Amino acid sequence: MTADNNTTFKIDASGIYYRDLNEKLRELIANGTHNIELINICGQRYIGTDLDKPVNIDIYGTPGNDMGAFMNGPVITVYGNAQDGCGNTMNEGKIIIHGHAGDITGLSARGGKIFIKEGVGYRAGIHMKEYKEKKPVLVIGGTAQDFAGEYMAGGIMVLLGLNLREGEKYPAKFIGTGMHGGVIYLRGGVEDYQLGKEVGIAELDEKDREILNQLVAEFCAYFSYGIETIMNRNFIKLYPRYLRPYGRLYAY
Amino acid sequence: MKTLLTSKFAVIRDPEKCIQCQVCVNQCSFNANYFDAEENEVKSRNENCVDCQRCVVFCPTMAITITNTPLEYRYHRNWTASVIDDINKQAETGGVLLTGMGTDKDYPVYWDHLLLNASQVTNPSIDPLREPMELVTYLGSKPQKLEIDERTLELRTKMPPQVKLNVPVMFSAMSYGAVSLNVQKSLAKAATEIGTMWNTGEGGLHSSLKKYGSNTIVQVASGRFGVHSEYLNSGRMVEIKIGQGAKPGIGGHLPGEKVSSEVSLTRMIPEGSDAISPAPHHDIYSIEDLLQLIHALKEATNYTKPISVKIAAVHNAAAIASGIVRGGADMVVIDGFRGATGAAPKIIRDNVGIPIELALASVDSRLREEGIRNKASIVISGGIRNSGDVIKAIALGADAVYIGTSALIALGCHVCQQCHTGKCAWGICTSDLKLTKRINPDVGSQRLINLLRGWSLEIKDILGGLGVNSIESLRGNRLHLRGVGLSDSELEILGVRPAGR
Ligand code: SF4
Ligand code: SF4
Repeated sequence: MTADNNTTFKIDASGIYYRDLNEKLRELIANGTHNIELINICGQRYIGTDLDKPVNIDIYGTPGNDMGAFMNGPVITVYGNAQDGCGNTMNEGKIIIHGHAGDITGLSARGGKIFIKEGVGYRAGIHMKEYKEKKPVLVIGGTAQDFAGEYMAGGIMVLLGLNLREGEKYPAKFIGTGMHGGVIYLRGGVEDYQLGKEVGIAELDEKDREILNQLVAEFCAYFSYGIETIMNRNFIKLYPRYLRPYGRLYAY
Repeated sequence: MKTLLTSKFAVIRDPEKCIQCQVCVNQCSFNANYFDAEENEVKSRNENCVDCQRCVVFCPTMAITITNTPLEYRYHRNWTASVIDDINKQAETGGVLLTGMGTDKDYPVYWDHLLLNASQVTNPSIDPLREPMELVTYLGSKPQKLEIDERTLELRTKMPPQVKLNVPVMFSAMSYGAVSLNVQKSLAKAATEIGTMWNTGEGGLHSSLKKYGSNTIVQVASGRFGVHSEYLNSGRMVEIKIGQGAKPGIGGHLPGEKVSSEVSLTRMIPEGSDAISPAPHHDIYSIEDLLQLIHALKEATNYTKPISVKIAAVHNAAAIASGIVRGGADMVVIDGFRGATGAAPKIIRDNVGIPIELALASVDSRLREEGIRNKASIVISGGIRNSGDVIKAIALGADAVYIGTSALIALGCHVCQQCHTGKCAWGICTSDLKLTKRINPDVGSQRLINLLRGWSLEIKDILGGLGVNSIESLRGNRLHLRGVGLSDSELEILGVRPAGR
């Protein structure tokens, strides 16, 4: 995703401390730079945090934890894998990862989109929220581990499981435990025991299909998949059975 | 199911004084007063009265008295009225008992066992009416040493961000949703005028309060409601809420009924849905994880704001506080078990946590022993009632205190402990628009300003009496305190000598 026509600013990040790196990014962006390329990234944390302009940042290497935390606008593309907390409490912007990501991907996200080519760790999309039109999106090409969508309060999560062989089961358990908002579209199927007790299963309706088609098309554009190879299998919709899971817990 | 609960209070109306004006009917949000049209007379339903005193204060002829209901359960040391009532409530509903405010149980209040010193003869006391008395306090991490350029006499050390308080008393976290917008407005306005801080709590910052930003502490809790970069940057300080004294170890559920359209906008969740704050932060399972969030917030605010971490006072508070400071926090807040809440399970409010006085003393001692006390300010909260408590807290080692309940009482709260019902007759912790307009932010902020003015004058008086002219000279100076009626181990933990020695 390189939208702007001005030149790309390149930084060789080898040996640069995260604080200095992020300082540099803030400075560049304040000066109007739109396209930044970071090479030799190795574990630097918080890349993209505190950035609130729709700039493009391409990362080569392995960014550290909390990449894009609280981020508000940039488009970050990682040619490599991301670690834990990617997109933590993100508000706006896009994260595209040509590899896999660690635990709590998209934690508490309020908006923006995250696309991950391969799998993610535990508790992906936990406590994502939404408000009216503002809905975070998390699309995971591979598989998510246990507790994906835990406490989910809003937003859209798509679990494609493209790495699963024919007949192989989705590996995650406790999907959507405590879920009270949002929706999960899962390619293939799951057994009841893999779901949190607050989660219901339904067929996709017209509107769901429309949303899913769009998101899958975007995923395919980033990672060069054919749409048909993804849409050739059935999807199920996981939804919260109660908006107020704890409504009857108390005595007054 | 027929309820086996009995009335706790009786509304007594003096027939000589009552003019049947129905003010009490309109004022009571618990539906305890009504007008009987047939008999053309104002009457009461005692079983609904919670003794909030609203009707008593507003009756124009002062005709109303509320008493404990004359029907007393037969005395039993173990099976008290409140135990019997709680069992009945649970037998009738099968739920977790919910309550509001801080614990009403009879645990020791250590402030009442600590006494202050005063100068006599050898070290003259100072008259604050005649001489300057410094109450200004700076919150934030302090460097180990200062380097000064010898030629220009300018400071070479880069100071971490500091927050200046004119009075070492701030308003503690009370979220929009738990309290009404008018309450937050009163607090924000008063804090700005006094030169102290108010705290958003975990419900985000309403757009109308942004103008008070330089006197605002914005909170980040496990629910991450209303947290985004603009929010983080609109306050003067960011506080990570790990725990709360009234309910250590558990999260919170703001019931859907309280999530009105304005609350939903500020929290950025759909109207009417429960706002669930999970028990842990999902990205914090260790001190290392906390360090990561502290630094994420420093990055997100470009190192311009101190980052505070608030925990409940629990058994290992000292070791936890040490980890928090080593994790890079600029301020540690410890909330004692008397701290109040908008809603908490009663069993937790009344049984979990430790007294703030002991937690404060042990945290301050621990940080000193480890040589890291300068790295973070210590702020305490949970049941601070007056300037005496404030000054004792500072002598025990606190940099400043937070007040919640005291501030609400200044706004009208009569501590009826019904905050969780959403029906607060004083218009404080409710989102019912009919009730919230009972708080006028202009009047409210003036009452708060008056309260802290009174406390400041008293603190200056006490400092003068101690023979010091600055609050700094008192901080952590436990020699100014003596204990009465305390055991040896209590004295040892508090680090104070018994009175007379
Ligand atoms: S206003 Fe308060 S004190 Fe008066 S009757 Fe109602 S609940 Fe009781
Ligand atoms: S805030 Fe309201 S409901 Fe809560 S204790 Fe005070 S008067 Fe009662």
